[in-house]
Amino acid sequence: MDISSFVLFWAAIFTSNILLTNFLGMCSYLSVSKEIESSFGLGISVIFVLTITTGLNWLVYRYILVPGNIVYLQFIVFIIVIAAFVQLLELIIERYAPALYYTLGIFLPLITVNCAIFGVSLFMVIRNYSFLQSIAFGAGSGIGWLLAILMLAALRRKLKEKLVPVGLQGVGISLIITGIMALAFVGFSGIVQIQ
Amino acid sequence: MMKKTEIFVNSAFRENSVWRQILGICSALAVTNLMMNSLIMGLGVIFSLALSGFTISLIRYWTPRSVRMMVQTLIIAAYVIIVDIFLKANLPEISKQLGPYVGLIITNCILMGRAEAFASQNNPIDSFVDGIGAGVGYSLVLLVIGFVRELFGFGSIFGIKVMGDWWTNWSIMVMAPSAFFILAMLIWIINVKYYKVKV
Repeated sequence: MDISSFVLFWAAIFTSNILLTNFLGMCSYLSVSKEIESSFGLGISVIFVLTITTGLNWLVYRYILVPGNIVYLQFIVFIIVIAAFVQLLELIIERYAPALYYTLGIFLPLITVNCAIFGVSLFMVIRNYSFLQSIAFGAGSGIGWLLAILMLAALRRKLKEKLVPVGLQGVGISLIITGIMALAFVGFSGIVQIQ
Repeated sequence: MMKKTEIFVNSAFRENSVWRQILGICSALAVTNLMMNSLIMGLGVIFSLALSGFTISLIRYWTPRSVRMMVQTLIIAAYVIIVDIFLKANLPEISKQLGPYVGLIITNCILMGRAEAFASQNNPIDSFVDGIGAGVGYSLVLLVIGFVRELFGFGSIFGIKVMGDWWTNWSIMVMAPSAFFILAMLIWIINVKYYKVKV
């Protein structure tokens, strides 16, 4: 695919937002967005992990899986790379930056099961990105995810004082808000198309 | 000791993973623009849920607690790979449309959820039934959302045209936002009618 990494980066944030158009990372998006501070913390960790693991997985895919003719093991290998990286990151942060560990530490285990991380790696393989494109796509997707969760968290804070039908409280209304946000993001979709 | 039917009803309806526990939303939203995709995805999830539940339960006494999660993930991944290879070989068209979402069954929270909550504490046969139940409950939601989106978005059901020439497709139903709205409506209706939440 010959689309420049720069365009891909912006496209991943706006036109094909990982959450609002590809529905990835919904679980932690819905459960963590109750507070803005924790949403921000999780979002930052997602950006960091997403950018690095996409790069790592690209290298693993290109230099181990393809030459070894074991592409069918990609799911297992990607999951292991992500889990191992998150674990390593947790150890490093705990050892060298305890202050950061207290703010981000609790989110790291959540990230292993965040499907956005794994999903971006799969998209990278399916769409045949180059190394630079993968990094750009990973970083852009992470920023897009942070944007989406921050917007929802901010809106949910406003909602606390509003009356919502009982059956729709919590997840129901969050999904409707997300739908409206997704509708707004459809407005960007004419700018550039990545498939 | 719970009866088999009770386990099934419990995991398929009363404690349904999607509308009750809000798990597995990602794929429930992403693949539901066509009913056929929803059905295949549902079957894939039933297969991996039932068999991974069975396997995890089978080795539950020999799994050290510290590496439990990793073992469960690997078992789930093994079954998902089988589903993926099967689809690629036999239904290449649908496999292409589902794209990364087949692989994403691995990180689908329903599988981890059932493995942790049920399979790691119950016997293999019960876990198998529980997996089928949770999978059926999940597929049901996918089919309902898929039905609405395909009917309004393409005027068809399972690819068969049901609306006449007078019908104009609602392109919003094909796009992402509609999935959020329909799932929200579904959860609303079920909360009020099934769980009888007081207004």
